[in-house]
Amino acid sequence: MSELIRIENVSKRYRLGAINRGMLVKDIQSWWARKRGKEDPHSIIGEHRKRVDKDGEFWALRNVDLSINAGDTLAVIGRNGAGKSTLLKILSRTTTPTSGQIKTRGRISSLLEVGTGFHPELTGRENVFLNGAILGMSRREVRAKFDQIVEFAEIGEFIDTPVKRYSSGMYVRLAFAVAAHLDPEVLVVDEVLAVGDANFQKKCLGKLNDVNKEGRTVIFVSHNMAMLTTLCRFAVVLDAGQVIYPKGGIAPGVDCYLGKISETARKSLSERSDRSGEGDVRIRELSILNEDMDADKRVYLSGQKVEFHIRFRSHVQRRYENLSFAIGVYHGHSVFVGLLCNELSCDLLSFDGGEGVVVCSMDKLPLTKGMYVLNVIVRENGVIQDWIQEAKVFEVENGDYFGTGRAVPESHGGVLFEQRWELR
Amino acid sequence: MDSLVKAPDASPEKWDRIISARRSWFDLNLADVWRYRDLIYLLFRRDFVSTYKQTILGPLWFILQPLLTTIAFALVFGQIAKMGTSGVPPFIFYMPGIVMWGLFSSCLMRCSGVFTANAQIFSKVYFPRLTVPIASVFSILATFALQFLMFLVFLLFFYLRGNDIRPSTAVLTFPLLVLQLCLMGVGFGCIISSLTTRYRDLQMALSFGMQLWMYGSCIFYSRSQIDEKYRWLLDLNPVAPIIETFRNSFLGTGSVNYTELAILTAVSCIIFSVGVAIFNQVEKNFADTI
Repeated sequence: MSELIRIENVSKRYRLGAINRGMLVKDIQSWWARKRGKEDPHSIIGEHRKRVDKDGEFWALRNVDLSINAGDTLAVIGRNGAGKSTLLKILSRTTTPTSGQIKTRGRISSLLEVGTGFHPELTGRENVFLNGAILGMSRREVRAKFDQIVEFAEIGEFIDTPVKRYSSGMYVRLAFAVAAHLDPEVLVVDEVLAVGDANFQKKCLGKLNDVNKEGRTVIFVSHNMAMLTTLCRFAVVLDAGQVIYPKGGIAPGVDCYLGKISETARKSLSERSDRSGEGDVRIRELSILNEDMDADKRVYLSGQKVEFHIRFRSHVQRRYENLSFAIGVYHGHSVFVGLLCNELSCDLLSFDGGEGVVVCSMDKLPLTKGMYVLNVIVRENGVIQDWIQEAKVFEVENGDYFGTGRAVPESHGGVLFEQRWELR
Repeated sequence: MDSLVKAPDASPEKWDRIISARRSWFDLNLADVWRYRDLIYLLFRRDFVSTYKQTILGPLWFILQPLLTTIAFALVFGQIAKMGTSGVPPFIFYMPGIVMWGLFSSCLMRCSGVFTANAQIFSKVYFPRLTVPIASVFSILATFALQFLMFLVFLLFFYLRGNDIRPSTAVLTFPLLVLQLCLMGVGFGCIISSLTTRYRDLQMALSFGMQLWMYGSCIFYSRSQIDEKYRWLLDLNPVAPIIETFRNSFLGTGSVNYTELAILTAVSCIIFSVGVAIFNQVEKNFADTI
């Protein structure tokens, strides 16, 4: 197999001082603060802090090696901030590496965002040509594919209407159609499939599968493990800018990634440092109890009665008003399923400091078989006090949700609804 | 088996492209720009077409703007302030300066805003960034061509009316003058673009600065009208002599200095090269500082 891309020892450093300033005044403030040995008032706080060394430098990628052959379908997997997007940006040449080299053959096109360069005043036809040119097609190539593109986008007679009059669905369909009809040697796809209606998504997946069968090389970045597993043969897993799973089969890659998540989640919450917020109130523990009140089983059944216990402690002794607790439920890693939150469902809570437990109970767990990740957040008067991502990972097996003695079929995904049927 | 045919030459150490940190100041990758020539054409078309879509007067706007400016200045400076215009009607005296200044200032403004105006698209897709300013210059030149035609029409009108207008053979330097203004406009614009990407407040200062610059560019007066003591100030402005030469050659309001023209050609080439080199550096790490 011929090698199309070889990434050799690539690192990318961002200087935190260099990001998001945009005003001369602020640059001078930062410079003055550094000069006096004080903390830069414009430095970035939050989750990336842990990877910042003392010079205010942040390594988004560190010594990454990777080789991609013709015909490979490769999934790039990693948590948010692991360096996936940076890697794709370097590959698609929107930014350059700080050190190392990338050698490529043939055209690499990215679907980092569909519809880039669409001009609202121009007609669909004009935009197809313009967008095609931006993505690297010549006018001749676009002309040859024009009918296919229009047909794929289901735009029909509206092709000569300015795109500002398109519905958002039409807009996205046309944009994707252009991108999908590029014929690059390597296609880079980043999370684009989150657009369009379900039908169109299906069509896009079909198109990508076709591309796959033609032996085209595709690099995917997505959090949708199910999709990656069907579309890709290989995977590489990044964490904190480094490769933790060198290019290999997709299934072990996904396992490695999920393992990484649960490893983080296994750590006791009070020991976790990758949290943000003011810190007056800190979450110490998040546990899920089922009917037997048996803490931390890790596997739960759909339809079971469950209680989510958030144990917290105040670090500043005072009265806390209007506390809102929320648990975000994600399937796999990043497919958002729902939110459990006292602010929405009942009332805000108050507490006098010290230690406390807040309990959210559900009569029937409405989740189907799969792995779920929970984020947890506490806010006081809307100000984030503590926020931990991937605070807990647990598994759900299909159970008898409806109490009919029939479990939900294995192949069904999604969530379960309370429902009643009758013939009228 | 289509893929096998398509797969590029697979000899082990022959790569099409090597992406690395180093890039020299003048590595402009012109081959890539050439490969994207269709994009230049389409961007040019987009610029040109989208400006007058859904307007009543359409392409007429390209002419109307300098025309009305000239009329306004002819009223203010010619009628009210009664500034001297070397024996030609104020209207035709101001028009060449306004048209030429328009060419220069739009080149400068468009190039200085390239990164901020295209931030979103630049951070998503790679294409040779130079295509954008190149396309802008083409669309500015197209506008300029229309305005220049308008100027010729008025010139003919005043000439036939018997005003004292004597175009000299120096009108043949006109393409060179246009080139010089474009090179300078793009050069200065690119230099400024490197600053505006980091400091947005400079964008504000820019439009104000351009206004001041305009008054110092011999548009409403000729160099000879300025007191000897202050002429050196005018000589610091490379745009002024170009505009003056243009007007003198078409209206016969003064002589043309060819040595000066040669020096200006060199100066504009230098400004252009510096600008493009800076543009090239900014482009490289633009996505990180945006």
